[in-house]
Amino acid sequence: MAEPALKEESREIFDEGLNRGIEKLTSEKIEQVINAVLEDETGARLKVYVDTCVHCGLCSEACHFYVSFREPRFSPAGKVKQTLWEMLKKKGKVSPEFIRRASEIASTECNLCKRCSMYCPFGIDVAYLMLVVRRICHKLGVTPQYIQDTAHSHSATFNQMWVKDDEWIDTLMWQEEEAQDEIPDLRIPLDKEGADVFYSVIGPEPKFRAQLIYQAAVIMDAAGINWTMPATPGWDNSDMCMYTGDNEMMGRLKKAHFESAMRLKAKRIVMGECGHAFRSIYDMGNRWLAWQMPPIPVTHAIEFYYELFREGKLKIARKYETPVTLHDPCNIVRGRGLHEMARYVVNEVCEEFVEMHPNREHNFCCSAGGGVINCGPPFRNKRVEGNKAKADQLFDAKARGAKTLIAPCHNCHGGLEDIIHHYGLGLELKFLGDIIYECMEKGQGSEM
Amino acid sequence: MHDSSNWDWDIGKKQIADIGKWKDMFEWVEEPCASPDGEKVAAVVKTGDMEFSVCQNGAAWENTFDKVWHLRFSPDNRLAGLVSDMGEWTVAVDEQAWESRFEFVWNPQFSRDGSGITVAAQKERKYFGVINDVPWEKGFFHITNLATSLDGKQTAAAIQTVPFSEGEIFKFQEGCYSVAVNGKTWDRNFINVWDMAFSHDHEHVAAEVRTSLYDYTIAVDGVPWNETFLSVWKPRFSPEDGSVTAPVRIGGKWTLARNGKQIWNSSFAQLWHHIYSPDGKKLAAIVAPEFGKWTVAVDDIPWRHTFGDLAADPVFSPDGKRVACVGKEKEKWTVCVNGEPWNSMSDMAWKPVFSPDSKHVAAKVEKNGHYTIIMDGQALKNDFEAVWDPVFSPDGEKILIRGIEGKGDDAKYCREVLSLKK
Repeated sequence: MAEPALKEESREIFDEGLNRGIEKLTSEKIEQVINAVLEDETGARLKVYVDTCVHCGLCSEACHFYVSFREPRFSPAGKVKQTLWEMLKKKGKVSPEFIRRASEIASTECNLCKRCSMYCPFGIDVAYLMLVVRRICHKLGVTPQYIQDTAHSHSATFNQMWVKDDEWIDTLMWQEEEAQDEIPDLRIPLDKEGADVFYSVIGPEPKFRAQLIYQAAVIMDAAGINWTMPATPGWDNSDMCMYTGDNEMMGRLKKAHFESAMRLKAKRIVMGECGHAFRSIYDMGNRWLAWQMPPIPVTHAIEFYYELFREGKLKIARKYETPVTLHDPCNIVRGRGLHEMARYVVNEVCEEFVEMHPNREHNFCCSAGGGVINCGPPFRNKRVEGNKAKADQLFDAKARGAKTLIAPCHNCHGGLEDIIHHYGLGLELKFLGDIIYECMEKGQGSEM
Repeated sequence: MHDSSNWDWDIGKKQIADIGKWKDMFEWVEEPCASPDGEKVAAVVKTGDMEFSVCQNGAAWENTFDKVWHLRFSPDNRLAGLVSDMGEWTVAVDEQAWESRFEFVWNPQFSRDGSGITVAAQKERKYFGVINDVPWEKGFFHITNLATSLDGKQTAAAIQTVPFSEGEIFKFQEGCYSVAVNGKTWDRNFINVWDMAFSHDHEHVAAEVRTSLYDYTIAVDGVPWNETFLSVWKPRFSPEDGSVTAPVRIGGKWTLARNGKQIWNSSFAQLWHHIYSPDGKKLAAIVAPEFGKWTVAVDDIPWRHTFGDLAADPVFSPDGKRVACVGKEKEKWTVCVNGEPWNSMSDMAWKPVFSPDSKHVAAKVEKNGHYTIIMDGQALKNDFEAVWDPVFSPDGEKILIRGIEGKGDDAKYCREVLSLKK
């Protein structure tokens, strides 16, 4: 990795949502919205964070954007300085152009990964501050086009990919039929009441990665799980509204998700390998609705695989021989502490595991998370060049023998795919489920 | 409700089907369903390569299909499933497939008495509501949230009225969605349309709508309330005067509004799933008086007992004097009646059922992998391998239990009528 990745373009990136979004803004509107959000929707938490920060800059080295670009404006404190501090200092009297830049910073230059919180002597949660900025920008109608479109999809279809109700069910039936070629009596039970497990996925699975549903069905079948998938909206656990600052829609999506499981009287929700969706249903969306914890217990795929292997419900026919390394997704590692379970599963399934450094809760973000990849092509180069830190990590793991990169998160997959390609790393990228499916004993536990 | 007075209410147990033997008759047997009167039990069965049918009381339908799913009994004891025949989808009711055919059908619903069966359907990328085999005359780009009137003669759905391409965010924000009632579109578009409700005379429809990205309200027959809110939940019509009520979010808290005006003085961390007493004089709702505490409020007054995990499935007694719900605390479920939780805790509890005389309340529960019926806090019978919601006789003096006893090959589906007279 001799060449420094400092090609980030300094010219303004055109984005329909940002550029057109500020056209109708007035200084009065901006001032009113900023002060309304700050006064009505924030409180002691924001005040403590703002008053406590001593501008020491220790957060800088935590941020992959800063580490990659070495420009102070990409440090976490620098991002707050360019956005929220200015809004506070000027009591909301900022220009439309300022709002445009604030939205771009908050939505495309911060992954809300919370790594900086661990490096801050006071534990200031910069991700929260960036979410406040996103909320203000949402209220002003200045959000990047691609992620705003995804939020619209959520609102109209309750999934992030404009998948229509019939297309969803049809995809499940299609995957069931495909899987029956391999395991003739395999089922994907739709709308089955009283199942132990309600399996939920994110919008891109039926749209682009339907094989993951197939694989999950094979795993459920082999483990003898009493499970179901819903035939109604509420099947998508993902949530870009959480990241655009549309908290009301975030709540509406999570209500639909949990009530789908409650309608079917499922005992728990098992979700696929997604990080941000976990954050939404385990932390943010449920709490916006006043549930302190998820009303129906939520089990992330890593925990589920761990449980299946520990209990002997899944068995490996042969271990995956290619040396692997593991990316720790922020939302389920810093957000939930699933890193040791992930390693247990990797070691159960793989012959050779090469640790990435730093790892576990100190791992660098993929730079796709927090909705950044969902802001689309306009910001792709900045996102990828802003994560040379990750490329260095991956190159180091590759130099020590890793050939396959496991990323148990959808957005991480998207981001890491771009990084692997951009930096010519030549690593094969897989979900944990891909490898488990490839190596497991199949068709053992079917019960009709 | 379907009139159940002509059902067999003789005290005693009747074995209906030797359901454990079905596995020997077919390649596979899916999860069974039981008719409300308990006289029939049925399941989707696989009869051959890519060939499915339905087994009812041990006899398979003569017709087979490429696929059968969502098999359910209607309130009037008819058996309906969604079937694919030679690649075309329709509804089969008691073996008879509808004449209308589609590329897909889903979301079947029954009217209160079972006489109306509705589905959402798609054909040639146009979307329709279908009522008893008759599709709307006009199809739309997209429909969601299909709703059926209580008499089953009307359907409504959120529809897309204006085409737009992915990425056209500003066009979307101009409003591209509306409501179609029996295929006829409201005059006004909205940013979004979600859950809707029919009036008790079946003539009016109210829906949750978003008029901008930030303004939520209720629209009745296409006309939004004058007031907007930070959010709203599903509206309901009063059975008494036809007014419309809905949970609304004001200043970060939830309360109840009627025709746009706040009617409850209290505000809550959450308020949803409000219900009317049968006479329309009382209102109850699931509420969170504070973050992480859940209960029921009746006419603005929350019960003192709260649950930490959730409260759900509220229901009024027929006389309107009692409300029951399910509650969950530390992963254990129970039933709560007028604020008094039953002592019996279970792994799952279904929506409580009141007797017509309002004296009793019963619910299906699951405990340690077995099912039973609890009535007034006491288990009525031994455990079952499967059980369905209890049904009270019209006079409230008997209860019908429908369940599967025994495992595997020994599984038997039975109906049993118990006397509630002491």
